[in-house]
Amino acid sequence: MSEQGAVRTGRYFMQGNEACAEGALAAGCRFFAGYPITPATEIAEHMAGRLPGVGGVFIQMEDEISSMASVIGASWTGVLSMTATSGPGISLMQENLGYAVATETPCVIVDVQRGGPSTGIPAVPFQGDMVQVRRGSHGEYEAVAFAPASAQEMFDLTILAFNTAERLRTPVFLLADAAVGHMREIVEIPAADSIERLRRTLPDAEADPYAIKGFLDPDVAPMPVFGRGHKAHVTGSCHDAYGMRNVVDAQALDTFVRVLAAKIRRRTRELAVIETGNTADAQVILVGYGLVGRAAQAISLQARAAGLPVGWIRPVTVWPFPDQELREHCAAARNVVIMENNLGQMAPYFQALLKDQLVWSLPPQILGTLHHPDYIMSHIEEMLK
Amino acid sequence: MNQIHHPMARYLRPGKEVTTSCPGCGEGIIAHSVLRAIDALGMDIDGFTFVCGIGCAGWIPSPYFAADTLHTTHGRPVAFATGVKLAMPDRQVMVISGDGDLTAIGGNHLIHAARRNLDITVLCVNNRIYGMTGGQVAPTTPASIRTTTTPSGNEEPAFDLCRLVEGAGATFVARWTTAHPRQLTRAISQALQHRGFAFLEVMSQCPVHYGKLSREGRATDSLDFFRNQAVRRNQAARMQPGELAERFVVGTLVGEEDIA
Ligand SMILES: Cc1ncc(C[n+]2csc(CCOP(=O)(O)OP(=O)(O)O)c2C)c(N)n1
Ligand code: SF4
Ligand SMILES: [Mg+2]
Repeated sequence: MSEQGAVRTGRYFMQGNEACAEGALAAGCRFFAGYPITPATEIAEHMAGRLPGVGGVFIQMEDEISSMASVIGASWTGVLSMTATSGPGISLMQENLGYAVATETPCVIVDVQRGGPSTGIPAVPFQGDMVQVRRGSHGEYEAVAFAPASAQEMFDLTILAFNTAERLRTPVFLLADAAVGHMREIVEIPAADSIERLRRTLPDAEADPYAIKGFLDPDVAPMPVFGRGHKAHVTGSCHDAYGMRNVVDAQALDTFVRVLAAKIRRRTRELAVIETGNTADAQVILVGYGLVGRAAQAISLQARAAGLPVGWIRPVTVWPFPDQELREHCAAARNVVIMENNLGQMAPYFQALLKDQLVWSLPPQILGTLHHPDYIMSHIEEMLK
Repeated sequence: MNQIHHPMARYLRPGKEVTTSCPGCGEGIIAHSVLRAIDALGMDIDGFTFVCGIGCAGWIPSPYFAADTLHTTHGRPVAFATGVKLAMPDRQVMVISGDGDLTAIGGNHLIHAARRNLDITVLCVNNRIYGMTGGQVAPTTPASIRTTTTPSGNEEPAFDLCRLVEGAGATFVARWTTAHPRQLTRAISQALQHRGFAFLEVMSQCPVHYGKLSREGRATDSLDFFRNQAVRRNQAARMQPGELAERFVVGTLVGEEDIA
């Protein structure tokens, strides 16, 4: 495989979905399985064209259930693997998403969100899956998700998603939407040797296969990938550190759930990526993630220009919820406005976090569109009266 | 005193030599046949990845076989195996799972892997019922059989699994039963050597649920039934359609020459 061919260093006018695919290739992704769906299809199409040229594998599966399954199967051979879909496909992936969490399988799932519920509207941007990716699979677990706001971030955060997946041995979501996926912007692809590429740790090649503790370490166990004589036993059933099934002890379940959760929870701070502006003295803070975060920033700057004490926050990491950073940046503000392109999916998390402040949930006037500046400004003026 | 070792014990994980299958279950015979086939071919078990789904049959390789094992979600082992095989084409990938797992919830993955002629071996343990969940009807349950969810008898016809995968494009298809362990072992070796999608249906007894609910009887009664009702392909060709009702064809149905 050629690193040269995989990383297309240069400056491009590029679609967000294409930038995501290029980010995946630059990160080292060499397996893609998916099923066509608007507005994510361009990622699959781009990978179908590019992967064979870099020694990778592309397959269009029969549905999203099998896409997620084969991504996990490929990851267990040691290959960086991913899929990309939208709401209806995300619903179908929930079953094996839980399997990836339970078996500590690194992989990346791109959700280019569209209008829902159900078939909804395919090409209208929406942020309808924010909590589903967090809580959509059954049982108790932690999720990791990043929300890109630009074509450049589709590239950069896809690399971050792979690095995080590899480092923590867990599935990682890229939570885009139809607007970010379909927008065309300048994308800079850096030189191959300046891109950080993290890889899962592997057990010693000579290790006694029955002595490998390949699971359930809060500090992330080495992954006993297939084909190296590790005799790995991988199961979505409750298991111990050796991967051996235990479906009788509540104590084993307790350890299984707590260790998997701790692996992510302990790293909430280091996983937190958040952009802010003018929060120190702000009386009103506009919060938005994804493309809405850019609107929050623009409106906040417009308010500042009019002399109003307004700041903005754009959480790039949405899961694990970056609570400490958010609390710190919101400390001065009496009013915190959660702008979301949905009816307030993340707002309850902010309301629970900022109990002593006024937390407003503010959808756009028309769902599927960006918040109009005048609409937000009128709210800001009301709050500052 | 001399210790006596089972000749296949070296393929089992240390400390995992005791099966969780019920007494009389056909799964032990199948496990044995799989290991004997690998042994007879002189294959290295570390060259295998076993992939299984949820159900009693999924516990044939997991955790007993001393090899890489991916014990997946219910119905999805073929889909997981697709990723393993495509990313590691030089390895043997063998799916072992139940009839409900592979042909009800997982039926779509099965036919598409057959259509792709994916180079894996799929062994379907057909006990004609959902064993693990306690005896519910499966797509393989014969018509009129009583199960816990067909208390007045099954009103639906059963799938012919071999014809299903043949129609979907499988390039090796064989059916045997737990009453034919030698033929089964040879069919497994054939399947493992076959390049392309190989499907093995193994009729297997579930005395605890199927035997009881259908009144077929004990494990030995089911084995008698398999022995008596099995018809070789060449024999079947000479029989009238009416004579074949309630019987099933065994042997290699698609692929290289039938074996003796
Ligand atoms: C999605 C899902 N649905 C239902 C189940 C419950 N379940 C466990 S095993 C099984 C059926 C197993 O039947 P079969 O595949 O024939 O295997 P057997 O036990 O007969 O060997 C079912 C329905 C499950 N684990 N997952
Ligand atoms: S329930 Fe039936 S298939 Fe399952 S182990 Fe017992 S006898 Fe075998
Ligand atoms: Mg069954």
